[in-house]
Amino acid sequence: MIPEFEKFTRFKAKNLPKEELLAPGHRACQGCGEVLALRMAMKALGKNVIVCMATGCMEIITTPYPQTAWKVPWIHIAFENPASVASGIESAMKVLRRKGKISKKHVDIVAVGGDGATSDIGLGWISGALERGHDFTYICLDNEAYMNTGVQRSSCTPYGAMTTTSPPGKKSFGQVTWKKNMPGIAVAHNIPYVATASPAYFLDLMNKVKKAALVKGPAYIHIYSPCPTGWGSAPERSIEFAKLVVETRVFPLYEVIEGRYIMSRKISKPKPVQEYLKGQRRFRHLDEEHIAYIQQRVNADYEKLVRLSEMT
Amino acid sequence: MAKRVGIEVSIALAEAVKLANVDVIPAYPITPQTHIVEHLSEVVANGEVDAEFVPVESEHAAMSCCCGSSAAGARTFTSSSSQGLLLMSEILFIPGPMRFPIVMAVVNRALSAPISIWNDHQDIMSQRDIGWIQTFADTGQEAFDLMLHAFRVAEDRRVSLPMIVNIDGFTLSHVVEAVELLSQEEVDQYLPPFKPRYRLDTRKPITMGPVGMPEVYSEARVAHNEALKASRRVILQGWKEFADLFGRQYNPVETYRSEDAEVLLVTMGSISETAMTAIDTMRDKGQKAGLVKIRLWRPFPGPEFRKAAGKAKILAVVDRCLAPGAVCGPVGAELRSLFYKVPGSPKIFNFIAGLGGRDVTVGRFEEMVDKATAFAKKRPKELYEVIGVREK
Repeated sequence: MIPEFEKFTRFKAKNLPKEELLAPGHRACQGCGEVLALRMAMKALGKNVIVCMATGCMEIITTPYPQTAWKVPWIHIAFENPASVASGIESAMKVLRRKGKISKKHVDIVAVGGDGATSDIGLGWISGALERGHDFTYICLDNEAYMNTGVQRSSCTPYGAMTTTSPPGKKSFGQVTWKKNMPGIAVAHNIPYVATASPAYFLDLMNKVKKAALVKGPAYIHIYSPCPTGWGSAPERSIEFAKLVVETRVFPLYEVIEGRYIMSRKISKPKPVQEYLKGQRRFRHLDEEHIAYIQQRVNADYEKLVRLSEMT
Repeated sequence: MAKRVGIEVSIALAEAVKLANVDVIPAYPITPQTHIVEHLSEVVANGEVDAEFVPVESEHAAMSCCCGSSAAGARTFTSSSSQGLLLMSEILFIPGPMRFPIVMAVVNRALSAPISIWNDHQDIMSQRDIGWIQTFADTGQEAFDLMLHAFRVAEDRRVSLPMIVNIDGFTLSHVVEAVELLSQEEVDQYLPPFKPRYRLDTRKPITMGPVGMPEVYSEARVAHNEALKASRRVILQGWKEFADLFGRQYNPVETYRSEDAEVLLVTMGSISETAMTAIDTMRDKGQKAGLVKIRLWRPFPGPEFRKAAGKAKILAVVDRCLAPGAVCGPVGAELRSLFYKVPGSPKIFNFIAGLGGRDVTVGRFEEMVDKATAFAKKRPKELYEVIGVREK
């Protein structure tokens, strides 16, 4: 067990931090589930953090110079490399502390990227940083496509989803591949902490982010982030989808602590995937056959996860 | 006290980095840079310097890691070459405007295709406009001295810019030369500790690398360019103080037997040594030939170069880089621009030589001087010629 986990006070509705470290006034779309998840993550992390961010929606909406929404030190270098930037910061602070050039106080280092930055263009960079064992947390805010550039498919785009580069047509039904298992890839690096989270379960999300920061060594958190603009869903329904995705077992919530899978929320009576898919324009074109296939894969993936939690 | 030793140039350069008390070294191996990073990882492993050696998974990650390290306020060094430098390219443009004083040794090597591990300047010339201060070393001693100069200039608060020292792959990096290694006390006397003006600090949160909307982008880029141009003063001051302390004077442009020369060879890097021998040979034959070598490539030392060129009638400019489809090579183009419509300016001919490790011999330099002299009488069709290419 991880000793750091024993001594922290879990977030509850009563003890939520009031301070906003990601200030209001940023330029996110209405109903953005990503910025909401990020705001909660920042509340969980507190002031004692340095954030390295990939190019993407969260980067552009929070820092149009001379404005910034960030009340903590924040750095953006490029698209694929926040994990490497975090590696540099962590190494620098380690040696500067040893040499007595900066305060001995521990500072959390967090790298943040979207699903494209994480599962596609930055995968090697993340793998390198996880393998080297830097003490940092990587947060993937997964809105399931390249939203900042106008809704193009990534390897985290779900099966069947319509994007501008996976359009349904006479010879296609949208995204033809199954969503890449990023948390599984992170687990394969034998890092101490991996978790999935959804902003609908915000206390769970915050506690996981806090645990990731507390753990010594690399941690990876994959956060489902509704995007009304890219998904063609109603902005006021973002939280609803963030809940439905869990209740249908499409995006299960779990932790992997030192290789041990732990289900955060067991869904014993799942709702049909159809309930999650409807109301999102990106899935509107799917016929019954595709939906049946999705249901079958979702069931299989969930059962595999449950088996992993029983085995480990 | 300084001691004079026989040492491989890569090791001497790495020793300079060690003596600079570097904090973080993110590095990825590539021939012919490997001896530098191997030696640095060894001195870190032996505790000869208290630093973090970050064995990154690619050159792109190396430069990204350098940016993070420098932003956190650490003295940061890396080294690369050729394909590696090109893999870094996206990130190389970023530390300039962000004012991160990262120091890098580029061990110059040819570019693919065909793959070649041997020396020329095509790698660094492809990265000409990354906005770093760039110098070229001709000898092992220069490689050692310029490394210390680089940390001092880059980190000076009036500069705060990244800096590259170029050394030729193999022909300089792998040769054993007599080098005077300065002692720790001497280096400490010359190089103050790095005190960044801004760094990532939870007590004083700042936003680094925000979005530049059209209303501010031009100003940000111009500010960086102005800083690069203004670094000239600190570069010169750094060399002067080095000379005051250790007796070796460096200049942005160096000359050899150029005073009364009619034809001047223009070189960069270690081939300058061979060029000097060629000048001696030609002088013995009564030819009025001299040499100008460019040490400071960026910011380009225009006034110093014009002064060094003096009253010469012809410049035979040697480029170690072929710019496909261009009017001439990069150094040739730079000098043509510098002298364009300047009254009494010399005629400029450009020779591309020593690509992918091809030897540039004394004879080849003589050939260039002869050809430039002939071209001055009868203008050639093209402004450049690739020297020593086999027709069959």
